[in-house]
Amino acid sequence: MINSWLANRFGLRVEKQIHVSPWISLFIPFISIVLALLVGAVFLSLTGNDPWKVYGVMFKGAFGSVFGLSECVVNAIPLLMTGLAVALAFRMLLWNIGAEGQFYMGAFAASWVALSFPHAPAYLVMPGMFLAGFAGGALWGLLPAIPRALLGVNETLTTLMLNYVAILWVDSLVYGHWRDPQGYNFPLTAQFSDAATLPSLGNTRIHAGVFLALAAAVVVHIILKHTVWGYEIRIIGESQKAAKYAGINVVKNILLVMMLSGGLSGLAGYCEVAGITHRLQESISPGYGYTAIIVAWLGKLNPWAIMVVSFLFGGFLVGGYTMQSAGLPAATVSILQGSILFFVLAGEILTRYRICLVERRNDQ
Amino acid sequence: MLKLRRVAFWVLLIFILTMGLMGCGKSTTQPTSSEGKEKLKVAFIYIGPVGDAGWTYAHEQGRKYLEQHVPDIETKIVEKVPEVDGEKVATQLVQEGYKVIFATSFGYMDGIINVAKKYPNIIFLHCSGYKTAPNVGTYFGRMYQARYLSGIVAGKMTKTNKIGYVAAFPIPEVVRGINAFTLGVRAVNPKATVNVVWTNTWLNPALEKDAAKSLLEQGCDIITQHQDSPGPMQAAEEKGAYGIGYNSDMSKYAPKAFLTAPVWNWGPYYVKVINEIKEGKWKSSQYWGPMSDGVVGLAPFSKAVPEDVRKLVEEKKQLIVSGKWDVFTGPIKDQKGEIRVKDGERMTDQAMLSFDWFVEGVQGTIPAKK
Repeated sequence: MINSWLANRFGLRVEKQIHVSPWISLFIPFISIVLALLVGAVFLSLTGNDPWKVYGVMFKGAFGSVFGLSECVVNAIPLLMTGLAVALAFRMLLWNIGAEGQFYMGAFAASWVALSFPHAPAYLVMPGMFLAGFAGGALWGLLPAIPRALLGVNETLTTLMLNYVAILWVDSLVYGHWRDPQGYNFPLTAQFSDAATLPSLGNTRIHAGVFLALAAAVVVHIILKHTVWGYEIRIIGESQKAAKYAGINVVKNILLVMMLSGGLSGLAGYCEVAGITHRLQESISPGYGYTAIIVAWLGKLNPWAIMVVSFLFGGFLVGGYTMQSAGLPAATVSILQGSILFFVLAGEILTRYRICLVERRNDQ
Repeated sequence: MLKLRRVAFWVLLIFILTMGLMGCGKSTTQPTSSEGKEKLKVAFIYIGPVGDAGWTYAHEQGRKYLEQHVPDIETKIVEKVPEVDGEKVATQLVQEGYKVIFATSFGYMDGIINVAKKYPNIIFLHCSGYKTAPNVGTYFGRMYQARYLSGIVAGKMTKTNKIGYVAAFPIPEVVRGINAFTLGVRAVNPKATVNVVWTNTWLNPALEKDAAKSLLEQGCDIITQHQDSPGPMQAAEEKGAYGIGYNSDMSKYAPKAFLTAPVWNWGPYYVKVINEIKEGKWKSSQYWGPMSDGVVGLAPFSKAVPEDVRKLVEEKKQLIVSGKWDVFTGPIKDQKGEIRVKDGERMTDQAMLSFDWFVEGVQGTIPAKK
């Protein structure tokens, strides 16, 4: 009774925060993480674990050793590049969910160069792979951009579906024509020549792709903040109608932004095959292109913030495995990671919007 | 206007704080090793969860067996590790002080070789791969021998002469299994065919089950699988058909349908290897364990398998165990009817390890190479 009375009298309204102080936007993520860890602690103690010990192991595993830190960076490289890629598209309200597929197509195109010219010197094959990686991703981004720009076809679905096409395309190659003749018919291509692999730093797995990723962040920042094009992108993101009214060519911008976005993801794929696997194989990405969406949101579509978030997220993935070797089952680790994400994303929404209880007046 | 957010926030915070503090009150005692002897630290990297009832489960049973049968060791597992993360996890385990690392999926191969170069004093054992190093050995079992025996059961018991095979990936290991199974089927029932469906996944219970259903729809009355979950067995159970599982005894998931299953039995191998390492006798090798070593075998028959079939299987089993005869002994024809292995000739390990063609009687295709 009281419930229905309340429901009739009051309603919940979600409204956009008009002014968010910088203090709040730092404070809320911090509180979210603390809350997430507290909820996680409850869950851990209910399942018979010592929460502080588990957290200690997680933190130490990711950030407490040179190896841990280096692995965070290894994960951060593809996350940063794909994160920037989707952030760029999201800025224009283009929902590019296809970073995963663009990553695969970039890896495919770069591998094509490496495998076609096994004896080429590094100064030819490396730029070739770089360009091919970019082009592969860019074309895969362009494909759904054309119907979006001309006919208004929803890009969320088309970019998502093209992920499966790209992954299966790579699968069909490594199981078929590109199989390594010396590989006992296993689904792997031949290993790239030394000229076609990115050097790694010291004894770690961090490869030269890290500089490319950092450069990409600078480039995206400059485009968005210091160019007319970036201004146009931001205007279209705020209001497409206003942009059209101001004489901005929306069609051209959709095509260009999706190409650049796809190209960045393609470069991430290039870095992964040239820096980590040194050959094309199936499942080269454990879902970087999807995680990129979370990274981009948590980074508020800001290149510098995305850089920090992708590093932290890298630690999040590395720490997950250390928690397992502390005796936690993989499922528990996933629940913990999921709840941390949930809180951080929820907190993020609360900084942007507020929920108010409003009295209904003229209803019925 | 109520500031609902602020109120909700404090309520939640207080609730969580109290819960958290209650939880932390519990003290957990650390197990301390009282013995002076230093324990050998052994780690296992798994591709799936230990509860998959299949591949990873079988390795986990092997690890438990190892813990029970070898003193002074400490084992640890890391499960659900994707192929590309194998190198990361292996390095992490080395840094945590693990001296022996078992990597139990093919996809870890390159990563393990990379880590092994950096840590020459750590021993790595990689299941189902082909690359070795002074401190990297490979191990696998001749599962095709058990597959052949299970094929005999299927060939004898099919009524429609159509048997469905739910298969993961078109790689030599799986192709070899399909061929061995088909040879078993055709040895007792030359009219029967084996229909293959690829799922492109090792573990996806729903998809595996759907693939089995599609085979049942096509008139197959026995389902077998090269998959990690009992999904295909459950499909057979629902349809009132028979099923031959894989990896571990899956009878409890399909009590009526289940006939038998080719199974892995890693325990004795793990014990043997660890003892060799402890005694300092271990040397890198490529171990491909036959049925006579007990690494592979058949799960106990269900009641549905008649006595004469059991007898026939037992006879063939003895022949294989004796080493006088093996499954891929000619004449063997391919799908086009061409003789690929001549009469009396035995296929080499090299040829078996890179199988990329199907024997006569298989309905299905392998993606073509250049």
